[in-house]
Amino acid sequence: MATAALSTVQLAPGQAAWRRFRRHRLALAGGVIILVLVLGSAFGPYLLPFDDTYIDIMKRFAPPLSGAHILGTDELGRDVLARLMMGARVSLSIGFVAMMIAMAVGIVVGAFAGFYGGLIGAILMRLVDAVLCFPTIFLLLALAALTEPGLVTTTVLIAATAWMAVARVVEAQVRSLREREFAVAALAFGSSNLRIMFRELVPNAIAPIVVAATLNVAKAILLESYVSYLGYGIQPPAASWGNMLNNAQIYLTNAPWLAIAPGLAITLAVTSFNFLGDGLRDALDPRMNIP
Amino acid sequence: MARYVVNRLAQAIMLLVIVSAIGFAILHLAPGGPLSQFAASAQMTQEDLDRVTRQLGLDRPLPIQYLDWFGRMLKGDWGRSYRDGEAVLSVISSHLGATLELMATATIIAVLLGCWIGILGALRRYSLFDTLATVGAMIALSIPTFWFGLVTIYVFSVKLGWLPAGNRETVGDGSLLDLLHHLIAPAMVLALVETAMWGRFMRSSMLEVINQDYIRTARAKGMPEWRILTVHALRNALLPMITVAGLQFPTLLGGALVAETVFTWPGMGRLFLDSIGYRDYPVVMGILMFSATMVLIGSLLADILYAVVDPRIRVG
Repeated sequence: MATAALSTVQLAPGQAAWRRFRRHRLALAGGVIILVLVLGSAFGPYLLPFDDTYIDIMKRFAPPLSGAHILGTDELGRDVLARLMMGARVSLSIGFVAMMIAMAVGIVVGAFAGFYGGLIGAILMRLVDAVLCFPTIFLLLALAALTEPGLVTTTVLIAATAWMAVARVVEAQVRSLREREFAVAALAFGSSNLRIMFRELVPNAIAPIVVAATLNVAKAILLESYVSYLGYGIQPPAASWGNMLNNAQIYLTNAPWLAIAPGLAITLAVTSFNFLGDGLRDALDPRMNIP
Repeated sequence: MARYVVNRLAQAIMLLVIVSAIGFAILHLAPGGPLSQFAASAQMTQEDLDRVTRQLGLDRPLPIQYLDWFGRMLKGDWGRSYRDGEAVLSVISSHLGATLELMATATIIAVLLGCWIGILGALRRYSLFDTLATVGAMIALSIPTFWFGLVTIYVFSVKLGWLPAGNRETVGDGSLLDLLHHLIAPAMVLALVETAMWGRFMRSSMLEVINQDYIRTARAKGMPEWRILTVHALRNALLPMITVAGLQFPTLLGGALVAETVFTWPGMGRLFLDSIGYRDYPVVMGILMFSATMVLIGSLLADILYAVVDPRIRVG
């Protein structure tokens, strides 16, 4: 009996984190919405009778809920819901992949800077500061203007403008963890520097890294929408949430639904990831209090 | 104090050198290099191209070219626009006023509204107002600025007809009232994200201050609550906001670009996008470097100002 009573008081760290996370209802809702969006974009297109690139000039600008087109059609008679689902694939993929590239670069740069410190650390972190001086959208558009637009380019460029915040987080973590007993013990044990960095220090900084990764997906989805809206990201006929809004402004007067659906989708996805990141921050590390 | 300023200034100059190196590298990343615009022209033979390359010194080693370019940047020679041959710096300065007008208006709205929401949220923590403000701020940070602009145009211009859908003034009018009328919508759109940021920072700063010992002391000695808030809490909670102003600057500039595009506002952001469309690399690079330098100076000023008002910074 006594052991049972004890076990309810002293939860394992994972259980305690899950309890705190569950209390964060908006984060939970965010997680559910993300799941729905991912599943919807994966299987949704197979359930629809329309192809996202099928042009039907006879049915241009059909308003939502008129006939078979649930969300209406666009200026070329393409089904908006089909494009929204295919666009979700593109936008969410870019969000995840750009996040992973940015995390990889940011973790490596941050780990090296934090572990070695001194001149190497100073040079790497000044590089981070310097790239952060460029307003993200300006840098992204300048780079996009110099390259061939497309799925891969857009993803890589978004990652190139998003790794710096991760590097800062990891650098600060690694710099403080490096002095802790387990790191010193690993050094005394004869582990190589690389092993200490990526097998000991980085895994111990996993909480802020996971939070940064979640917020990074939100940022990447938002950046994709900006750069595609401005015409330098995903190119038509392929759909993305950003480029669906590209022409929406011209038809705002007679077909406002073209602007509403993709914009709501972006806002919903980005808000969900932001709330999820917020909830994870509270759950994984109650001491972290970055606004 | 002087030592702190000199130190911070040296850091900023070092950063400017790295920033310029990145800018230079991007310029040379352009397919075909800085001359791609002319190389694409059918009227230019390889001979012409070689001659121009030599004339512009593009055949020299890259480090030499960089030093030369950086030196000319410092002297204010930022090259000439491919589009009309005008000096880059004068093209930028002719568009700067419109951008600054938009940014300043949005900042004033955001600071007043954001600080008010943040302070009230902190004082009534976990109240309905605080919860709504916190959730609202998160949603505001997640809305794409350009889409919020489109919605604003649809509601206030298309449906209600209250506000113009774009431009800085009506052609032939241009009175103060007309200018203000055009300013409302883009400034409101740009202020949304800013207000959310200021609100969040203000709330957490205020929360930190009102839990300090000196607030408890003030309360214990029987000071009236409004005096505790204004004299002790607010004054200390507002200090870190100087840093926020510096931190916010890149976001503000980026937001201005988007707002200017949606509302066809004749500012620097719109010029940047037009120049990208024309492959006008000197202007694109000029604006990129100009905005980065503005950010650099902004954060330098914020740090120095913060050290002036908060002596603890200078010592540490």
